[in-house]
Amino acid sequence: MSEELHSLVAPYALDALDATDERSFEEHLALCERCRGELAGLREAASALAYSAPAAQPPPELKERILTQARSERPNVVPLQRRRNWTAPLAAAAGVAAAVAVGLGIWSATRSNQNAFTSVLSRPGARVIKMGGGSGALAVAPDGETALALRLPHAPTGKTYEAWIVRPNSIRAAGIFGGGGTSVIRIPGQVPKGSVIAISIERAGGAKQPTQKPFIASAETT
Amino acid sequence: MTAFLIAAPPPPASRDLAHLSDEGLLSLIAGSDEAALAELYDRFGGVAYGLALRILRDETLAQDAVQEAFLGVWRTADRFLAERAAARTWVLTLVHRRAVDLVRREDRRRGEPLEGAPEPASAETVEEQATVRFQRRVVQEALRQLSPEQREALELGYYGGLTQSELAERLGQPLGTVKSRMFAGLSRLRELLAQAGLEESLSG
Repeated sequence: MSEELHSLVAPYALDALDATDERSFEEHLALCERCRGELAGLREAASALAYSAPAAQPPPELKERILTQARSERPNVVPLQRRRNWTAPLAAAAGVAAAVAVGLGIWSATRSNQNAFTSVLSRPGARVIKMGGGSGALAVAPDGETALALRLPHAPTGKTYEAWIVRPNSIRAAGIFGGGGTSVIRIPGQVPKGSVIAISIERAGGAKQPTQKPFIASAETT
Repeated sequence: MTAFLIAAPPPPASRDLAHLSDEGLLSLIAGSDEAALAELYDRFGGVAYGLALRILRDETLAQDAVQEAFLGVWRTADRFLAERAAARTWVLTLVHRRAVDLVRREDRRRGEPLEGAPEPASAETVEEQATVRFQRRVVQEALRQLSPEQREALELGYYGGLTQSELAERLGQPLGTVKSRMFAGLSRLRELLAQAGLEESLSG
């Protein structure tokens, strides 16, 4: 079975897998160091194929459209100021984080020390709260700093996943992400105790309030 | 990791971003620096559009794919830091993935003829940076050195938006054969690009 999954590395590098195989391979990838190493090289070769496509000139307004759209989007995932932690001694915490993550099936979230999930988990007194209905967990620091690691397939085309901080009297948007493998989302601001983090599928770009029923939710934070 | 394409040259105008590596640009983009996004587009927008157009064969859809990919870069550049790839690989992978998603959704693949050798670039009709033209020649030359079967598997897989199973059916070959050709073709391509000596001019 593993050899069969391993043989999907080249088709995966070429984006030539159907959705089912892609998901299986990504789950395998999360656990297979050999495949990750191989994929890095094959991806590099595959992306070089882009240069062999016939030359074409994009219309000048495409650049403007992209920049205008980018300007209108407020970044809400992993604000830059959090990065100050990233060079901190996370390596020691990574072992702990990895152990937690393997049990929860979100190993790839800890592949790098440099992500919000590992960062929060490395804080003294941080807790792990499982997400119901999916492979994932919240890392919650005592002051409410929270990150989510969650394994989901790619959101459908034109759609996005959106995280919400749900409290008894309010729902606050907490970031959008595309899924595919394990997503790590730093929840902006501080999450008050007793909140639930929930995920819904929304139109690309996200919504201010959920328009769809959340399909995954955490236990209440403590 | 071995990198094999020389870095895209700085375009003349924009601020003082020209000296930055692609990876440096992505760090700025992760901090919501619009000028860095503009610079990244100047470096890769043309190649990205050519790729998307080849896959989608529709200018509007190709523009959509490129736009979505660059906005994906804008939204998730912070996550790039955890990836193992060169920035160029990451950006072009995002473009490719968006284009393949779109072509599958539109199901524009049906009825297209099988294609053989890479089409020659119509460079004379398109304004293009000299280095991009150079990179194009290197990649095309490397492709010509693959076996026809390997080249076909890579080109149909990469440009056709076909899944491996669809490809096997279309080529009338067992799935295992198609996977092997893809693997051997990509591995060989990687070697050839490295042998082209271009990695020396790269910072990594």
